[in-house]
Amino acid sequence: MNDWQGKDGQMTKTIKGISAPLPLANVDTDVIMPKRFLITITREGLADGTFADLRFDNEGARRPDFILNKAPWTQANILVVGDNFGCGSSREHAVWGMRQLGIDACIGTSFAGIFYDNARKNGLALPIVSHQTRDLLLRFADDDNGAEIEIDLINRTITAGDIDAPFEMDPATQTALIRGRDDTLDSLEHAGAIREYEAGLKSKMRVSVIK
Amino acid sequence: MSRTLYDKLVDAHKVCDLPDGDMLIYVDFHIMNEYTSPQAFSGLDTKGLDVWRPEAHLAVVDHVNATRSNEPHDAASKLLIDNLESNCTRHDIAFYGLGDQRQGIEHVVVPEQGLVTPGMLIACGDSHTTTYGAYGALGFGIGTSEVEHVLATQTLRYKRMKTMRVLIEGDTAPGVTAKDIIMKVVQVVGAGGANGFAVEFAGSATQNLDMAGRMTVCNMAVELGARAALIAADEITETALQGHSHSGRFTYNGESWHSDLEAVFDKEVTIAGGDIEPLITWGTSPDQSVPITAQVPVASDYVTPKAKAALARSLNYMGLTEGQSAQSIEIDTAFIGSCTNSRIEDLREAAKILTGRHVAAGVEAIVVPGSAMTRLKAEAEGLREIFEAAGFEWRPEAGCSMCLAMNDDIAMDGERVASSTNRNFEGRQGRGARTHLMSPAMVAAAAIAGHLADVRDFK
Repeated sequence: MNDWQGKDGQMTKTIKGISAPLPLANVDTDVIMPKRFLITITREGLADGTFADLRFDNEGARRPDFILNKAPWTQANILVVGDNFGCGSSREHAVWGMRQLGIDACIGTSFAGIFYDNARKNGLALPIVSHQTRDLLLRFADDDNGAEIEIDLINRTITAGDIDAPFEMDPATQTALIRGRDDTLDSLEHAGAIREYEAGLKSKMRVSVIK
Repeated sequence: MSRTLYDKLVDAHKVCDLPDGDMLIYVDFHIMNEYTSPQAFSGLDTKGLDVWRPEAHLAVVDHVNATRSNEPHDAASKLLIDNLESNCTRHDIAFYGLGDQRQGIEHVVVPEQGLVTPGMLIACGDSHTTTYGAYGALGFGIGTSEVEHVLATQTLRYKRMKTMRVLIEGDTAPGVTAKDIIMKVVQVVGAGGANGFAVEFAGSATQNLDMAGRMTVCNMAVELGARAALIAADEITETALQGHSHSGRFTYNGESWHSDLEAVFDKEVTIAGGDIEPLITWGTSPDQSVPITAQVPVASDYVTPKAKAALARSLNYMGLTEGQSAQSIEIDTAFIGSCTNSRIEDLREAAKILTGRHVAAGVEAIVVPGSAMTRLKAEAEGLREIFEAAGFEWRPEAGCSMCLAMNDDIAMDGERVASSTNRNFEGRQGRGARTHLMSPAMVAAAAIAGHLADVRDFK
């Protein structure tokens, strides 16, 4: 039996909304969050930077042909993406920005490892589906009626019109998304085990950096 | 039971299993930079947490600093640099700032200071932390939330990955470098081909590499999606560990840091060393590369409409035409630097090509040594004179610089750069900038020719 109860009783069981197709493969975190938005010491203020070079031209005007600038996808909170989404730099700013832009989930066939872990820490769901399902969802998302799709995090299924497909998500990520708890605080509950591990290390195995 | 090097490293660092299926693993050493750590420190403040073991961390300024001088070039970069220093002072963490003789690109500094030994687990808020696999250590990049997690607990939540072995067998030809080897691997495996895998590089061509070459290979393994890259520790590793600041202060003995002979990998890839030529990237993903003797692809090389469209998009961004010969691509800028290729060995290779030659008219050529120590060593060897006589600008300070253009080294819209760096993404070196990845010697050759050129033609 899974313990999905959040600390405050809150759980995210489903994500519903309009999906936008972003079929390009290898969308990297430089494209998701260009470096000029990274010179900051806070997590806030990153919505404008998200996909900035795709959304805006050199003069700062919206590119009318970019999917997230067109109705109904201006309201999209779910992206259907190409292979290997989120590759490149470890910058968590990419995920912070996507959340601030209102993105709750990206459905794809594969995600880069660091991006995947960053997403989990910030409540961005990344359901992994087969190429066939992804291509069906791309076509569905392209439908300009803006029909909603639903991601069921408990049962790991996606429903979109006639499409009813399972997705992959490791149990730890699934639990983290549903419960929305703080990994750092949760891990400190294992402080005893960490101290025990450290006690077993020989002195020569403890790094001590010269200041 | 036979185990891979990766499994040995994970087993040695496992603290405990967690109820949700993850495990906690112990981080021996953690490195921070000024741009992915500020929000981790403020997270500690918000939650009222202390740093678990301050002496196990090092902070280095490298991403946003100017390399023309040791003064920040603007207020925004100064804010990040000052913020890191004050966070380190507050938490009693070692800090190598601007003007410190130990400062430089984090992944150049760490081996130089003897801070990596076989068997360690190293994390850093930078994807190129895979570099440390060159020493038989498990290094991997983490996000800022995980930086906070390491600071507060000295551990990470971790899932064991699948294993892939890439065998590069047989000698490589003269002119073929470690950079060409890893670019070939990225081309063969693909940009996301190793997602979910820890990759071990083996085979005679890997074993024959010196430590600088092994670091180049492991560094760029993240470009095929590998979260970790490894090379077995051997005599070359042992020799490299001698004589650094931290050597002898700590070692990670107790295991033989190589895969057992009978160890089974989830996936095996074999590449013949003799098949590798000096490579250049033509597109906007590191796996879009061709030999310098070849041509940019044409639409008929691809089957699906999606692949043809991707080719068209890349060529449009890069300002190239289908079937154009690689050597006809004229460059505006030559850049030698980055955590992939800015070590003393890289500078020596480039200097060999530059000796007695001069950069072509109209080409701006820049070299940013990877660390202050690297620069001083290069200057003592006379490399600075060779670079400057050839028309290269020799930067007095170290940092990532034009690799990702977070400082004032930003390529202009449409500017074409021959670059010894690791990523040719759209906008990586500046909005609209066009990056061609290659070895440092190939960058030197391109700077002299004014267009992409075959290093083997420069005897």
